[in-house]
Amino acid sequence: MSAVPVAPPRRLLDAEVDGVVVRVPEGATILDACRDQGIDTPTMCYADNLTPINACRVCVVEVEGARTLVPACSRTVEAGMKIRTDTDRVRHSRRLVMELLGSSVDTSLASSDWHRWQDEYAAAPDRFGAPTDPMEAGERDRRWAGHHHGSPDPSRAETVSQPVKVDNELYVRDYGRCVLCYKCVEACGTDAQHTFAIAVAGRGFDARISTEYAVPLDVSACVYCGNCIGVCPTGALMFSSEHDMRAAGTWDEDRQTVTNTICPYCGVGCELELHVQDNAIVKVTSPTDNDVTSGHLCIKGRFGFQYVQRRKKDRT
Amino acid sequence: MVGLATVFGAGGGTSSYEEVENSDLIVLWGSNARAAHPIFFHHVLRALERGAKLIVVDPRRTESAAFGDLWLGIDVGTDIALSNTIAQEIIANDLQDHAFVANATENFEEYAESVAEWTLERGEEVTRVPAEVIREVAHLYAQADRAMICWTLGITEHHTAVDNVLALINLGLLTGHVGKYGSGLNPLRGQNNVQGGGDMGAIPNKLPGFQDIVEDPDARARFEAAWGRPIIPRYGWHLTDMFHAMDRGELTAIYCIGENPVSSEADATHATPLLENLDTLIVQDIVMTKTAEIADVILPASNAAFESDGTVTNSERRVQRVRKALDPPGEAKDDIWIIAELARRLGYDWGDLTAYDAWEELRSLSPMHANMSWGLIEERGGVQWPCNDEFPDGAQFLHARLWAFDDPARQGRKAPFSVVVDDPPVDLLSEEYPIRLTTGRRLESFNTGVQTAGYTSPLRRPEAVELSAADAEALGVVEGERVLVSSRRGEVEAPVHISSALRQGLAFMTLHFPDEVETNRLTIEAADPKSGTAEFKATAIRIDKLLAEVP
Repeated sequence: MSAVPVAPPRRLLDAEVDGVVVRVPEGATILDACRDQGIDTPTMCYADNLTPINACRVCVVEVEGARTLVPACSRTVEAGMKIRTDTDRVRHSRRLVMELLGSSVDTSLASSDWHRWQDEYAAAPDRFGAPTDPMEAGERDRRWAGHHHGSPDPSRAETVSQPVKVDNELYVRDYGRCVLCYKCVEACGTDAQHTFAIAVAGRGFDARISTEYAVPLDVSACVYCGNCIGVCPTGALMFSSEHDMRAAGTWDEDRQTVTNTICPYCGVGCELELHVQDNAIVKVTSPTDNDVTSGHLCIKGRFGFQYVQRRKKDRT
Repeated sequence: MVGLATVFGAGGGTSSYEEVENSDLIVLWGSNARAAHPIFFHHVLRALERGAKLIVVDPRRTESAAFGDLWLGIDVGTDIALSNTIAQEIIANDLQDHAFVANATENFEEYAESVAEWTLERGEEVTRVPAEVIREVAHLYAQADRAMICWTLGITEHHTAVDNVLALINLGLLTGHVGKYGSGLNPLRGQNNVQGGGDMGAIPNKLPGFQDIVEDPDARARFEAAWGRPIIPRYGWHLTDMFHAMDRGELTAIYCIGENPVSSEADATHATPLLENLDTLIVQDIVMTKTAEIADVILPASNAAFESDGTVTNSERRVQRVRKALDPPGEAKDDIWIIAELARRLGYDWGDLTAYDAWEELRSLSPMHANMSWGLIEERGGVQWPCNDEFPDGAQFLHARLWAFDDPARQGRKAPFSVVVDDPPVDLLSEEYPIRLTTGRRLESFNTGVQTAGYTSPLRRPEAVELSAADAEALGVVEGERVLVSSRRGEVEAPVHISSALRQGLAFMTLHFPDEVETNRLTIEAADPKSGTAEFKATAIRIDKLLAEVP
């Protein structure tokens, strides 16, 4: 009788990347092919544990015969496809994406790769001028369709800068750092959690991540699994512990260890990565390639660790 | 664990989470996995995204039921009736897997005869699930290519716990939904390492690796040789037996590790004095629990998940590594260190014992763990037992052997059907106690709250007695009003919370907040004689207003 079913064999396709013939299984993306070839491809909205959403366009490549540049993260390789990753057009487009994001959003907490790509593509977000002043709390949330920008000063760069939203004790939302990559929406929605507490509201430059009617989290559908934090690439969504330590100047990743263990609550067996500084857990993540979690946790696994360290607090 | 071990010889869930994603029909029976096992439910959601169907059997219309294609709002404690009715409908329509039943099972005739009386009409009458819904479930389950039944405490916290599990296993045997990829019978373990505890022999009748203390003299001899001590071939007591033995004065000393029975035991009014009256109560725990407060000796321990090294086993039989990330506070010590130190004081020097040493000894004595080295566990991110010469990489699913119809040696013992009889909850409803109270978990809390009280959850709301709007109206009580909740054993005060998940006659409380509301003063200690699990899921209560009517 049936043993473990083997997936139907996948056809191998030949294509060309930067003049080199590559052979990939049917269904592989251009990004997969590039990574196979060791071609460093910038990404922002892509994550291994989410469905590609094509929001940021920083991974675009040129495909011979295609009118537009195509996103490498989601476009699948076709037989005979000729792909170019290093043309002027590709470099120019990627640089512009980096500059537009960098000029309007605080990307200082993005990955070290992101900062390296800025340098490699000579991105100059400053060229649009000094950033405009931060908005008042809630100002962006109040903008509705039909809103027109005031009279923007053409010598200054429009930004999404705004105060941090702190409405619960578990995590903060710092939307001045939000590049609208949609990862949090995907993780809260059909890619993992199916809670649908957040979505993109507004259009154009007014687009922002929002709960329904921009209500505070505690009256939204949020169940505090923190899976949005787990996928956020820019630190817009952050553990309160990390946010508070950064504010106090005590956050120091060089002094942190990361230890993998298993969540002590129910019997599902989720693997946790405990980020520990000075013998205290400061953040909890899960490996995206873990078979049990795919990087996702529930409220207890992500935030329920305090009882362990509270013993220390009570003592002192 | 008892049910699965009885039928298949191994007390573990048969399937992997990955198979759940690739199943065609998932039945959550007495399980609110969306709240109690959220990341397991992610695997269910992937199946649903693929087009699989979800059937939820639960007296409450839970968060999980909201995702279901069908919700069977069964009357509390009628699971056997429902299973027998489904079986009868399958047999009456000749939908059983004839080849599997004939070649891989035993006792079918007697079983078929026992369910014959369970017509759809009778099933509806007893379970309160509409006949056409039972019919649809029977046909969907029998005809699915791959189907799983997953259960939790809604099945096992009854005085018929083992029979309930056997009733579900019967359905798997009848339809051949076991022993193959994507089909299976899976208990979702409510606590981290419940599976591992059983695997390691922390049950009254088994040595590590589910080797029977009485019936397996070879195994006993191997342990005797390794430990240099005779092992008495006698079954021990399970939890409920222990309380009975305390009552009789036979059990006078308890060494309690990481358990909080003062808060977690059913019928607390009866259980707590028994613990208080022990000659010796030693509690080894990480915080000052209510049980620790009445202990003679407290041994402060390090936290198993964050402050020590070792392994745990999850609900898919995956042995996983836990690693020390924090130094424990103060004088708290590792569990293994404490046990070894006790042994030293008793005259046995086990040397500088580590979790690794204990694991290596286990591998040498438990055949199902024989090839499972820490190296392999590290490399694979966990290994699913059995892992031995027959299954060198571990086993994704169990009991494939049953399908080896032509090879009796490989097939081994056939799986027997069990005749199980409908037996309503012990705590009967009456005019005086007309409302059925059931218990369960909330997403952000856990058991008696010892751990989850440590963090501030925006989801948390105070303990309450949850009632249907219809009952609240009939009783003349409103949201937030404090009422007196009484059972035949005790009474508590609690505020009312009106819940749309409940129908008239059904109430719900949790055990999470014993400091606010000691729900276990109400629950009944009636337990399954085989597993020792108390009937937390079915209490007869009444509700009385505390405030005088406003004229």
